[in-house]
Amino acid sequence: MKVFISRDMASVALGADEVARAFADAGCDVVRTGSRGLFSIEPLVELETDEGRIGFGPVGPQDVAAVLDGTHINRLGKVEDLPFFASQQRFTFARCGVIDPLSLSDYAAHRGWEGLETARRQTPQQVVDAVKVSGLRGRGGAGFPTGIKWQTVLDAPAGDKYIVCNADEGDSGTFADRMLMEGDPFCLIEGMAIAAHAVGAGHGYIYIRSEYPFCIATMRAAIEASAHIVSPFTLEVREGAGAYVCGEETALLDSIEGKRGQVRAKPPLPALQGLFGQPTVINNVLSLAAVPFILAEGPEAYAAVGFGRSRGTMPVQLAGNVQHGGLYEIGFGITLGELVNAIGGGTASGRPVRAVQVGGPLGAYFPPSMFDLPFDYEAFAQAGGLIGHAGITVFDDSVDMAHMARFAMEFCAAESCGKCTPCRIGSTRGVEIMDRIIGARDAAPVTVSEAGSGYLGKALYSRAPDRIDVSIDAQATLLRDLADTMKYGSLCALGGFTPYPVLSALDYFPEDFGANAPVKEAAE
Amino acid sequence: MTYTRETDHGTPPALATGKSVTLTIDGQSVTLPEGTSIMRAASLLGGSIPRLCATDSVESFGSCRLCLVEVEGRNGYPASCTTPVAEGMVVRTQTDRLKQLRRGVMELYISDHPLDCLTCGANGDCELQEQAGAVGLRDVRYGYDGATNMGQAKDQSNPYFDFDPSKCIVCSRCVRACEEVQGTFALTIENKGFDSKVAPSQGEDFLGSECVSCGACVQACPTASLIEKKVVESGTPDRAVVTTCAYCGVGCTFRAEMRGEELVRMVPWKDGKANRGHSCVKGRFAWGYAQHQDRILNPMIRASVSEPWREVSWDEAIAHTASEFRRIQAKYGTRSIGGITSSRCTNEETFLVQKLIRQGFGNNNVDTCARVCHSPTGYGLSQTFGTSAGTQDFDSVMQADVILVIGANPTDGHPVFASRMKKRLRPNNGKPGAKLIVIDPRRTDLVQSPHVAAEHHLPLRPGTNVAMLTALAHVVVTEKLYDETFIRERCDWDEFADWAEFVSQPARSPEAIEPLTGVKAEDVRAAARLYATGGNGAIYYGLGVTEHSQGSSTVMAIANLAMATGNVGREGVGVNPLRGQNNVQGACDMGSFPHEFSGYRHVSDTATRTLFERAWGVTLDSEPGLRIPNMLDAATDGSFKGLFVQGEDILQSDPNTHHVAAGLAAMECVVVQDLFLNETANYAHIFLPGSTFLEKDGTFTNAERRIQRVRKVMAPLNGYADWEIVQLVANAMGLDWTYDHPSQIMDEIAALTPTFAGVHYDRLEAEGSLQWPANDAAPDGTPTMHIGGFVRGKGKFVVTDYVPTDEKTGPRFPLLLTTGRILSHYNVGAQTRRTANTAWHPEDRLEIHPSDADNRGLKDGDWVTLRSRAGETTLRALITERVAPGVVYTTFHHPETQANVITTDFSDWATNCPEYKVTAVQVMASNGPSDWQQDYADQARQSRRIAPLEAAE
Repeated sequence: MKVFISRDMASVALGADEVARAFADAGCDVVRTGSRGLFSIEPLVELETDEGRIGFGPVGPQDVAAVLDGTHINRLGKVEDLPFFASQQRFTFARCGVIDPLSLSDYAAHRGWEGLETARRQTPQQVVDAVKVSGLRGRGGAGFPTGIKWQTVLDAPAGDKYIVCNADEGDSGTFADRMLMEGDPFCLIEGMAIAAHAVGAGHGYIYIRSEYPFCIATMRAAIEASAHIVSPFTLEVREGAGAYVCGEETALLDSIEGKRGQVRAKPPLPALQGLFGQPTVINNVLSLAAVPFILAEGPEAYAAVGFGRSRGTMPVQLAGNVQHGGLYEIGFGITLGELVNAIGGGTASGRPVRAVQVGGPLGAYFPPSMFDLPFDYEAFAQAGGLIGHAGITVFDDSVDMAHMARFAMEFCAAESCGKCTPCRIGSTRGVEIMDRIIGARDAAPVTVSEAGSGYLGKALYSRAPDRIDVSIDAQATLLRDLADTMKYGSLCALGGFTPYPVLSALDYFPEDFGANAPVKEAAE
Repeated sequence: MTYTRETDHGTPPALATGKSVTLTIDGQSVTLPEGTSIMRAASLLGGSIPRLCATDSVESFGSCRLCLVEVEGRNGYPASCTTPVAEGMVVRTQTDRLKQLRRGVMELYISDHPLDCLTCGANGDCELQEQAGAVGLRDVRYGYDGATNMGQAKDQSNPYFDFDPSKCIVCSRCVRACEEVQGTFALTIENKGFDSKVAPSQGEDFLGSECVSCGACVQACPTASLIEKKVVESGTPDRAVVTTCAYCGVGCTFRAEMRGEELVRMVPWKDGKANRGHSCVKGRFAWGYAQHQDRILNPMIRASVSEPWREVSWDEAIAHTASEFRRIQAKYGTRSIGGITSSRCTNEETFLVQKLIRQGFGNNNVDTCARVCHSPTGYGLSQTFGTSAGTQDFDSVMQADVILVIGANPTDGHPVFASRMKKRLRPNNGKPGAKLIVIDPRRTDLVQSPHVAAEHHLPLRPGTNVAMLTALAHVVVTEKLYDETFIRERCDWDEFADWAEFVSQPARSPEAIEPLTGVKAEDVRAAARLYATGGNGAIYYGLGVTEHSQGSSTVMAIANLAMATGNVGREGVGVNPLRGQNNVQGACDMGSFPHEFSGYRHVSDTATRTLFERAWGVTLDSEPGLRIPNMLDAATDGSFKGLFVQGEDILQSDPNTHHVAAGLAAMECVVVQDLFLNETANYAHIFLPGSTFLEKDGTFTNAERRIQRVRKVMAPLNGYADWEIVQLVANAMGLDWTYDHPSQIMDEIAALTPTFAGVHYDRLEAEGSLQWPANDAAPDGTPTMHIGGFVRGKGKFVVTDYVPTDEKTGPRFPLLLTTGRILSHYNVGAQTRRTANTAWHPEDRLEIHPSDADNRGLKDGDWVTLRSRAGETTLRALITERVAPGVVYTTFHHPETQANVITTDFSDWATNCPEYKVTAVQVMASNGPSDWQQDYADQARQSRRIAPLEAAE
């Protein structure tokens, strides 16, 4: 009896290894796949039957017999027929959870390498044109058109060029990169090989965060196994050292070069002077992994789905306090409310949803009143937020949004590389402001001391901490000014985007900041 | 005149592409080279966009976020330092929005900065203070109860500057200067975010770190975080005078920043073409010797060297000098006296000393310390190319593709040029770094240092240079890697053919000489191929080439190699001697050699002699005079009785100290003109106190033939500039000189020297500097020589047969000693030992390989006896793998060691340049200083006594 059990890190965390061992002990032929991407049914076991792969989940090691005789209570039927999966448009994640990630024959049998073969029959310019036509935009969060980036590298004078994959997936609540690399590593390799062909690069790096040991092992094994296929293009994995900021592309390049991971000023663009000063394509895992589909199915097929200028699909990651957490790949345009309520099933706690944060720790918080927002780069930007890496974290009504604003500043302070002033000093000052606001909200108002008042007092006590106005209003004003400095003054998105969660919390949930009435809500 | 800093345009000039763009900044239209930053463009227009992390000595960084501007049609607020200008761009540098953002950033800065401006060392010279004013910051609403980096302890370990982390704004300018300008990579930012701080090495203080104290970080620091101790102590300067450093042959120009007659600091001058705004620990900081208590300020005489010195008036000293010289000449003949010019004095002073000797003494007994350093360069390059000097300017190294360093240790000896070289060796903006070949018995820093690694290091046995260079030539010729077109056009083909036949002999092959040099043949072959085929090949060499019995042969072998590969006559190539002393090139140019007038014209040449005779109104000797070693020989023979020594310490610097001492002791009148009672003065009868480079006007000529002004910033403490003293002596001898200013001396030099015909002070003021030849044929001077053809006509290939030195190792002296110097000290150390530079190198140490040390039972720091056929001394051992087994190394900076007691009389066959670099020695454990060292110390003490002045006066 052939069974399929995920080897994905999330599945393993939920006990998939024990389940797999139990099935192996029972004499089953266990194939370890990637994850299908719905964690409420993990550990998931799929049985190969005449009617197809029948899923059972979640199951434990003690459930082997019940699964094998088909009586287990968590019999799901065909997994792809579950509503969570049936409604998806799996372009990038088509193979994930289905195949043995390191089996070249599985990959080939599921239309692997078709994109690369198509690309190799084309000129580099034709490949770049195809990516342009597909409308693919950077899936790391910036949404920059991938084809245009590739064109810049293609047009750069010949010499050493590099393909760098940003797999330093550090946003809280995101896991799509990891799932793909663990579940379909050849797809990423194929995408990078196509990119190499398109721009004339000879070598590539995959920069993976150290917190992803399974990814690192899987990618290394996959690179070795497929070396003969992508040759003469060569690839290697670089392991990150734990800094969030190294997910910023230029800091990532510095890190690969062996330097302290610090953000570079642009220009020069990495496309012209990137890794080791050479023209470099640096793309997120999801951008590169979307490319094989675009070449194999044609760019029009990819561009056919989507919304506005956001074409193709986005692997949305539902996390936090949500009933059905997991990976949901869908064309752009689905609303935030559909994702949270229809797909995610509301909160896991059963309490009302109060806020969702979209785009990782630097994304804005949205209240349910904004749930009709379509998932689209422009629509989110206009609403004062961002899609980022498409991580959605759900919070119920027990959340304290002032604490969440403080957390955003604290996160920025902890992860700031220290290069630019707004982020280096501003984030720490932001935490201090939030402490004053929370302190003032929770306690009796503090009066301004008399020590520093008056002309002489001001001169002599100009440095006294009690001279500053610590009222909630003054601190909120200072917080907005600081957010402005950080947003427009920071060198990279870390400092530049920290104001999103802070200001959205302040704007949409003013009552948590000690304001008397929820201003925005009242206005509506 | 009030003090101002040099203009800082914020970012370096754009790399020249030939294209330019036109844009509008604040309504003003401007056309500038493509690649220029908006910040620089605004500055060139006379504006100044607020900034803190940008300075034009390092690449833009974009971290402070003060320099934001608005660009029409672009989102956000791009940083003007990192944004290049573009065609049609419309930039606004001051808007309400920008004011708001800048004030926001500044408010953050000041929320973590002390407010002790009035008592701060950088008060009045602080960019943070200035920019806080520029952005109109009026309040810091964050208070001071939050997190802070203030209150951290200062690091005051460096003798010249303090590091105060409390005042650091983490702009990284120091870190970047250390990397980009100096190339040491000693500094880093440790931790991240709010805890980011500057750190020297890891967990070290500045003194203990890899910091070489070049001062680039101090210069780059916008606040008081890195500040000169002297500024903290004295306050800010109020005027600045540009002058030239008196240390090595790089010839860095500095702004001497003054308040009254007090020198507050020396800051490298950005417009200086030799140093391009960089400095080393010596020129930047080690000038305190000028006011050192050891300096002698009054003339002194004595009848015999066993007596104490007696202070006398200038009149008496000068009269006594003249009468003694005349007395000796009357008694022993015209040729019984002579003089030595100084490579540390100005061109004008050197010219006057040789003029005094030729015109006043009536003989050609003049020599200079170049005798003991680069005389083979003069000989070798004039034979092969036709000029006695290097072929390039320093900027040329930036165009080199392969750099061959032989017998030179530039990171210690020529640190500012070494930084340029290292900059070229590192990849830059996607351009690969130049490849490096090092031929040196020691593993010098260049062989392996941060971001620099030699492609090939050929650690040859000392004394085998010629064999090695011939083997390289063997590969070039036999593998047909030579540049036939170049040779046919520019050289004599028959001479080439003879030479090629010679070097092709199997006995010259890398394989054949491997047992001799100890270097693997395949490494030699690979190095030869790289030099011949790697693009622009530039050779840089030092005293490791010249100070050998075959020094001149080695120089010619180098010239042969450069000609054979076509690496002469354009930017990026050439043969470049790294000259030792500040004005050693100039001293040679000025006619300091016994056989040559200024401009390298032989004394036997009647036309030249007539020119000088007509100008000076005397008949000149047509016979070459005595070289230094010959003078000393003649003295011990009894025929040479009087010597005038200006600014040189031959007892310590010349080889075989015993022989030098015997020669000096045999003379009746030794006149020493110097700042200090140096070792030679122990044997002197008249001491004329000298002046420092800060106290006089003149010019120095550096290793790239660059003539630069030395400017007086304070009155001579001793009363006279050195040129005035020589004039007093000359006039006391009846010569009737009437120079009022050194510019008149230079006018005379120009009139009498064709290569200097265009050199006048007004030109030097206008141009900053001139590289000779500067005359009608080359009105703007000559950065690169031999363009289109060699000065001598056809380049000459000279067959250089390897002749092993007579100085051989054997059972009694099994090791080879080679000598050199260290970064923090200069030459005999007379100046640097009288500064805080002793913090880095308080004594000479003997470098010995662990296996040789082990064989002798020596531990690191043990006292050892170092003995040669010539003598012995003791010093402490330093066990290191920098030297190969069988080779030991030491420096000669400290008179207590007297390393030249060990070195021998062997010298270059052509020029008598001593063979300092090869001495067979034995090393053994010792209890402490040798008898000779103790006797010498006693004698020096005796000799330096100065009789107390009579109370009655």
